[in-house]
Amino acid sequence: MADGASNEAFVEFERVQKSYDGESLVVKDLNLTMPKGEFLTMLGPSGSGKTTCLMMLAGFETATHGDIRLGGVSINDIPPHKRGIGMVFQNYALFPHMTIAENLAFPLEVRKMGKAEQEEKVKRALDMVEMGSFGGRRPAQLSGGQQQRVALARALVFEPELVLMDEPLGALDKQLREKMQFEITYLAHQLGITTVYVTHDQTEALTMSDRVAVFDDGRIQQLAAPDQLYEAPENSFVAQFIGENNTLEGVIKEIKGNTCVVQLDDGEVIDAVPVNVSQVGERTRVSIRPERVEYNRERLHEDAHTLKAEVLEFIYMGDIFRTRLRVAGNDEFVIKTRNAPDQVRLKPGQQIEIGWLAEDCRALDA
Amino acid sequence: MGDSTQEVVLAADGRPLKQSLRRALMRQKMRAVMLVAPLLIFVIVTFIVPILSMLFRSVENDIVANTIPGTVIELSEWDGSTGEPPHEDVYRNLFIDLFKAEEAKQHTRLGSRLNYEQSGLSSLFRTTGRSLDGIGELWQDPLEDIDPAFEDGAFWYEMMSGSGGEGLLEQRRGLMAAMSGEEMTGDVGFVPSQQIVEMLPWTARAYTDFAIWAAIQDKDTVSEEDPWESVYGALGMDLTNPETISAINSYGGPGANALKAAAENIDQLPQEGFREAFVAEDDDWGSSDIWGTIKLYSPNMTPGYFLNSVDLQLTPEGIETKPANEQIYTKLFIRTLVMALIITASCIVLGYPVAWLLSNLPMRTSSLLMILVLLPFWTSLLVRTSAWKVLLQQQGVINEILVWLGFVNDADRLILMNNATGTVIAMTHILLPFMVLPLYSVMKTIPPSYQRAAKSLGATNWTAFWRVYFPQSVPGIGAGSILVFILAIGYYITPEIVGGTDGVFISNRIAYHISSSLNWGLAAALGSILLVVVLGLYWCYDKIVGIDNVKLGG
Repeated sequence: MADGASNEAFVEFERVQKSYDGESLVVKDLNLTMPKGEFLTMLGPSGSGKTTCLMMLAGFETATHGDIRLGGVSINDIPPHKRGIGMVFQNYALFPHMTIAENLAFPLEVRKMGKAEQEEKVKRALDMVEMGSFGGRRPAQLSGGQQQRVALARALVFEPELVLMDEPLGALDKQLREKMQFEITYLAHQLGITTVYVTHDQTEALTMSDRVAVFDDGRIQQLAAPDQLYEAPENSFVAQFIGENNTLEGVIKEIKGNTCVVQLDDGEVIDAVPVNVSQVGERTRVSIRPERVEYNRERLHEDAHTLKAEVLEFIYMGDIFRTRLRVAGNDEFVIKTRNAPDQVRLKPGQQIEIGWLAEDCRALDA
Repeated sequence: MGDSTQEVVLAADGRPLKQSLRRALMRQKMRAVMLVAPLLIFVIVTFIVPILSMLFRSVENDIVANTIPGTVIELSEWDGSTGEPPHEDVYRNLFIDLFKAEEAKQHTRLGSRLNYEQSGLSSLFRTTGRSLDGIGELWQDPLEDIDPAFEDGAFWYEMMSGSGGEGLLEQRRGLMAAMSGEEMTGDVGFVPSQQIVEMLPWTARAYTDFAIWAAIQDKDTVSEEDPWESVYGALGMDLTNPETISAINSYGGPGANALKAAAENIDQLPQEGFREAFVAEDDDWGSSDIWGTIKLYSPNMTPGYFLNSVDLQLTPEGIETKPANEQIYTKLFIRTLVMALIITASCIVLGYPVAWLLSNLPMRTSSLLMILVLLPFWTSLLVRTSAWKVLLQQQGVINEILVWLGFVNDADRLILMNNATGTVIAMTHILLPFMVLPLYSVMKTIPPSYQRAAKSLGATNWTAFWRVYFPQSVPGIGAGSILVFILAIGYYITPEIVGGTDGVFISNRIAYHISSSLNWGLAAALGSILLVVVLGLYWCYDKIVGIDNVKLGG
């Protein structure tokens, strides 16, 4: 099943809108197509509409307008229990009055499966999440991580083709979270399940997903693979929301094909890639990732524009150095450098010159 | 490692760690105790102590032995199964005991007490109390005829007093205190002479009783008072003993002449004994039934009240069931339990949906609804119950509406009141909030995600409710049921007002015995049984459902 990913649409949102109060739209004109086997993450700040989308897909909310299709069939009028979608909830929602085995058997039981088959499947599912010996316990006797595994096993035990996860790792500590991120991705790919994962944690989104849909204001701002999202954000929101980002504001001076010249507000001039700017004279926000900033003149292009910068703060973080600079009147300009033996450690107050490759610097909407 | 566990772990200051910990916790404990103390003391003084003393009344029975102590001791020799009335000595003791009890106005209390066991005893004691003087005079008059000195209080005092009789004085003082319930301390101004105590034992007892009462209760000087009629009767008793006659003949102390005169003329005294005197006043005193009852209830503790509470009775032949027309309490207990169960069940049926709605509505709406649920709490219980009376009666609102709608014929209107139906309807309404509130507070804590999870796993709405939601709300049902059931089982006002005769509870009977029949012992026994039944049910509940499955919230 791992190679089951095809380009045929499995989950489709078509012009979906959702309003709770009849006055404002929580989800505005959502269009999304997922092929089978894909791991798609809906990422966004709270209130951006991502959970609502998930709930509409699960059937707990109805779309105010538009069509949601699963395997080509509209599921708007199908009640949740007939959709056959596995779901992992934020607080796991393991039934406290049942043992782990009973929890897992529940979906099989309501499908009227034979006892022997039930036991067999429950055992396999528990083994899959390495919880084989916990079948007789109750949820309250398990740690957060264990409950998480059980919740996952329960969502998978009836072999749904689509699994939804609503911030499933939110309650775990960092280390456990990272471990579970890996395990969930591994399982999802192993079983070839189509997964829709909702989170507000961008690291989680980047590390786990095949594609990430960044939500804001009820719309998908960008839907792309993690590397695309990070390296080629299509607008200021995505650039700001994903990873650490430096922003400089200015006006487009000149556009020449794939590059443009931007005059910053303090008069300095830099090179950038025009992304969603089209006219000279338009205001723009220039986005540059901290690790792409160079202050070693030798590594820069000869005719690259450089800027003067003053070192404000130097933070030693072990694997990297994080240096805060004042650049073009912006005190929050951050650069990150690898802790290599020959790396220069900057000191506060030092005056340096910084620059970058024009393709790393993206001129976005203001 | 094995050794180190044996060593005492020391704190930083060198003291054993356990000791330091205890010291540190001590202050916390003290503070906790101080915080609880006011309420605890209040509860103990106003709740636990009265309840315990009330419960003790259910077996307490010292009134018989306290009021007629000599009779009780003498009666223990008597075998009631022969059908013969007891020995003359029993009547003699009864005369002396009752006489002083009559002076202290205690004989009617004893009569009322024994009347619970056998009706008629109350009036027997009351009428006999009135005729005791007359019985005494049977002996007083001839004695005074034989020697006028017997008329004089000072003569009696001189004859009876002396020294050496302190033992008898203190003994009679103790009995008097137990009988009257008063302290009886203070100087009597009289000590019986040892010689008289030995020679005239009955007279000495009767006179000492009189002296104690006159000195302490009436605050009189003993020597100036004429003795009770019982003293003459007692002298009569002594004079029937030939040894006493011969002792008098060799006696030379105060009053010797008068005593000798009496001893020589005993043929002028009544020849019959006290048994005949009592039987002459009332035939019942000759009945072995009456004496059987007295003997049966003479011990300090009695199971009688408890037996009574379960429609049994103590008879000289052992424990028997009461006649069918006197059996009420078992029926009442069963009715109370059954009706409390019905009320609890109807509270669950009516309360569950409401609580569910409350816990699932948005905050504002649910607050409004909650006020409606709590509204009955803000009205007086009496007013609510009286309102039900208006609604339920045959010419009442409900019947009128039903007749108007044509559901019920005008001729056969529903009887909704003064029967069990009325009690169930009114009490369900009154106790409903006690079901809704625990249910609501438990349901409030059940996250909606459980039901969503169940549905996402393929469960229909009903399965999701029944398999996932309902089991989690069971602790609320448990808490509500315990509250409602225990409140219902002891309810009093509502059944009293709308229950008629078929709808009253055991508590109404308890209240009746507390305030009307004044049979507190029976009331206490009924209450104790109720308490034990409730505790027993609570224990069963714990075994079946588990008390940690009861939640009032959170």
